[in-house]
Amino acid sequence: MIRMTDIHEAPPEPASIGAEQIEYLEQLARIRLSGEEKERTARDLSKILDYIEMLGELDTEGVDPLSHPVTTEPVFREDKAVNDDRRDAMLRNAPEHKDGCFKVPKTVE
Amino acid sequence: MKDENILNMTALEVARAIRSGDITSPQATEAVLSAIEEKDGELNGYIRVFGDRAIARASEVQKQIERGALDYPLAGVPYAIKDNICTEGIPTTCGSKMLENFIPPYSATVVHDLERAGAVSVGKLNLDEFCMGSTSETSFFGPVKNPWDTTRVPGGSSGGAAASVAARMSFYAYGSDTGGSIRQPCSYCGVSGIKPTYGSVSRFGLIAYASSLDQIGPIGRDMLDCAAALNQIIGKDPADQTTIDTVPIDLSAASEFSGKGLRIGVPEDFFAEGIDPEVEAAVRKAVHVFSELGASVTSFRLPIARYAIPTYYIIACAEACSNLSRYDGIKYGYRSQNAKSLSDIYVMSRSEGFGLEVKRRIMLGNYVLSSGFYDAYYKKALQSKALIRKAFDEAFVKYDLILGPTAPSTAPRIGESLSDPLRMYLSDVYTVLPNIVGLPSASIPCGFDRNNMPVGLQMIGPYRSEQTMVGAACLFQRSTAYHLRFPEKRGEDA
Amino acid sequence: MANFETVMGIEVHVELSTKSKIFCGCSARFGDEANAHVCEGCAGMPGTLPTLNRRVVEYAVRAGLALNCEISRFSRFDRKSYFYPDLPASYQVTQLYHPICKNGHLDIVADGKTKRIGINRIHIEEDAGKLVHDDWDDCSLVDYNRCSVPLIEIVSEPDFRSADEVVAYLEKLKATLQYLGVSDCKMQEGSMRADINLSVRPVGSEKFGVRTEMKNMASLKSIARAIAGETRRHIDAIESGETLIQETRRWDDNKGFSFAMRNKENAKDYKYFPDPNLMPVIVEEEYIREIRASLPELPEEKKARYIREFGLPEYDADILTGSRYLVAVFERAADICKNPKEASNWVMTELLKLLNDAQMQPEDMKFSPDSLGTILNMLTEGKINRAVAKKTFAEVFESDVDPVDYVRKNGLMQVSDTGSIEPVIREVLDANRKAVSEYLAGNEKSIQFLIGQSMKALRGKGDPQVVRDLLIKGLDERKG
Ligand SMILES: [Zn+2]
Repeated sequence: MIRMTDIHEAPPEPASIGAEQIEYLEQLARIRLSGEEKERTARDLSKILDYIEMLGELDTEGVDPLSHPVTTEPVFREDKAVNDDRRDAMLRNAPEHKDGCFKVPKTVE
Repeated sequence: MKDENILNMTALEVARAIRSGDITSPQATEAVLSAIEEKDGELNGYIRVFGDRAIARASEVQKQIERGALDYPLAGVPYAIKDNICTEGIPTTCGSKMLENFIPPYSATVVHDLERAGAVSVGKLNLDEFCMGSTSETSFFGPVKNPWDTTRVPGGSSGGAAASVAARMSFYAYGSDTGGSIRQPCSYCGVSGIKPTYGSVSRFGLIAYASSLDQIGPIGRDMLDCAAALNQIIGKDPADQTTIDTVPIDLSAASEFSGKGLRIGVPEDFFAEGIDPEVEAAVRKAVHVFSELGASVTSFRLPIARYAIPTYYIIACAEACSNLSRYDGIKYGYRSQNAKSLSDIYVMSRSEGFGLEVKRRIMLGNYVLSSGFYDAYYKKALQSKALIRKAFDEAFVKYDLILGPTAPSTAPRIGESLSDPLRMYLSDVYTVLPNIVGLPSASIPCGFDRNNMPVGLQMIGPYRSEQTMVGAACLFQRSTAYHLRFPEKRGEDA
Repeated sequence: MANFETVMGIEVHVELSTKSKIFCGCSARFGDEANAHVCEGCAGMPGTLPTLNRRVVEYAVRAGLALNCEISRFSRFDRKSYFYPDLPASYQVTQLYHPICKNGHLDIVADGKTKRIGINRIHIEEDAGKLVHDDWDDCSLVDYNRCSVPLIEIVSEPDFRSADEVVAYLEKLKATLQYLGVSDCKMQEGSMRADINLSVRPVGSEKFGVRTEMKNMASLKSIARAIAGETRRHIDAIESGETLIQETRRWDDNKGFSFAMRNKENAKDYKYFPDPNLMPVIVEEEYIREIRASLPELPEEKKARYIREFGLPEYDADILTGSRYLVAVFERAADICKNPKEASNWVMTELLKLLNDAQMQPEDMKFSPDSLGTILNMLTEGKINRAVAKKTFAEVFESDVDPVDYVRKNGLMQVSDTGSIEPVIREVLDANRKAVSEYLAGNEKSIQFLIGQSMKALRGKGDPQVVRDLLIKGLDERKG
């Protein structure tokens, strides 16, 4: 389900990344940083975000966001099932597979 | 012909020599392979070298050429390709532990194009991990060294590609450019390179860093080689719906390009604080060459350039964090041996499989996309992008080409940039602009600093203006000799 | 309970019946071996790119027009990110910011009243893969066959107040989408899935209560039970002063209770942003006009026409038009036998009974569309009698036999020539003296028994009228 209200919330806090934010970002990114990496990343990200904040001064009132600058005629693929069964090739790089499936530790929703 | 003489030829010269029977493709390939053997131990430009495989391919191509079945302009000439471009059945690592053992079951569209054109691949080139870096130091397979001075970086992320061409370990190469990844290493290594108009070259099989910015392009010893190399890979691809129709560059027209009537704009903002005075001097001198060749040169202001870096890093990191979320240790790539639960597989595989710079950019991307921040960062960056587009549209009413420095300095020493990522990001200040809005851009050598390190001149043109850009670059290279110098001949005058 | 009102909105996911997936050339067919329809693209391999299937846009626009939506001239794809093994790229392509259809509605009839249900939006997205749990090996196995199969998500306004309304809406929606040919809408196979957003508030209150979203209902009956169960849970919580939390819950139809889902469904941060690999979809007015012109007659128009042209009762017309598969059988039969009323009666009685006995949905019918009409023609022409017609239709329904062949091979042609029937009648009268004398004594009902015996002797093929006439004639002869 998509809700617009999930997206437009309060404007960001002044950029200074603390331990709590790093933890949240680690969770979002599924990456765990070592103690030293954590500190460094917090410091680097704060510095970078400070710099990026500069964009705030740019007057963008009434400017439409541009996602695709080089547009072309709309292109489509025709609805044809052309692919062969390539299951084995697709599984060949898998760290673990079983019965023609990618294998993961037991996961219940 | 001696290996050394072969190695000193341009790609187009090698192709002509093969066609005329003076040399064979296997001979040219052997020459390149022995150069790699000799130099790459130190330079580390290649992640993988195809020895026998390359020779076998060269022999096959040679037969086809002799049969008259292959008459592409670069048929039989050995080239190398950045290791973020997928090659079926051959490991494609992206410079990462994450993909150390990944063997794609498909090839990139450009790889198919090159096979058709009779190109001979000698290997896969080193790069910053997932192209995230401006120095080629973040590779899991070790840093690449600059052939002009092995204590310095070759630039990045296509550092292996630029170094291989500069060191005569390949006749031409393909890299990819997301924010300067072709042009900046070209500048640091004294070679030529093109980042084409977004959509000219298929991205199918190019392992994504930032999809709206990534573009594959050629690196060569001169611009004519680059143009010939670019012609081999352009065109609309049904597998990449962002590709556009593109006209090949007319090489003979480019060789006869005249500077008369060419309108050149030089943004004064590109010479603001932070630029190395020697770089500024070399670039201004190069611009002057154009006015002597009959072009009109005008200074103008491009104030939006100030916002290039923040705009670029928001867009690039946001897209990167999404593009790199597929590396989860389930379908392919690194899986941590210690992982017990599903959550472990994600977290441990990603934490152990990615290097620090990649993690940093993923974190930054997650930050700008996270709930509540979208408007302030990503949407703002897309608005800034719209304003950048507008500024260039206006500039290109007055100018056919925009010239300036490729990078604010020459190649820094190894290790200098890693300690200060923001400083490294800022070194992309001139090159990111064309990527943000998809414009074509090139870098050609235009001088040397007091340490004898090369300086690059950046050209930016309107959409699909590669013909003009290549023409102007060829004109410059017909009038100067910076591009003819290479590491072994250091000290001789250009 | 009387003091509370249930407020519901529905999100319906419908798999489009395209041949290939939304972004690659893999088959979208259901039910094949695991990972048989997987390529580097839908397996999320590095460097792969999506290529948009033209038909997906067409089907979404068709659905939008049939559901009275505005079609967006500009729509675009966004990525929704979460980590789960069913999602190989770790993001799902969907349309958050610029959905293809907006602001539609669908009129339903529930509790005898017509009600207009608002449709907030319809957007295109891709389906995810499937996890099968392997208890033996204590692992889960991931199958990407469904991954990247095209979906549309139809999001209603919170306009529902009862389970009856919800069921009526889903039935109407299903019928409409099936008419359009955009989906087969099989709930059991997961090609139509409804998630219910439900909250409860005191009657008269303007403010919405805390909303929960329920998933995992595999039938309309299970949806009705889930609504009752969840409403009860909300009311209990409100009355006992417990706090409800906004969350996604999984309905367990066996336990009759919903359970909070733990992982991906309740991740808050989906990091939406526009997919840079997909160009915006620009829809021209001309294209919308073409699709509008190609829309089939929809249930409402059809129902009105059946009543007007064929004189069918409203109830029958309503049932018939409730499924395009019933419509198909009815219209073909009516066309062949030129007797819509008779065709309608057969569908309403025989066919519905057969479906019910077999526990089947109309979309599961497999027989040739011409068969019913052929049977009805044989019936009117007197080639078979009604009992044989029913029996033949049951065979057709069961195993798609050719009705003419079936009747011939089994010798079921009606016998109506007096020459073949008379000797049989004589035997029956001789063998059933008791019934004959009762009849002759004035008990006229006995003739039914004699008719039955005669038909039995004729192995069901006798023309009932002829049999009756000859019996009366024979009985009359025995009077004297
Ligand atoms: Zn596929």
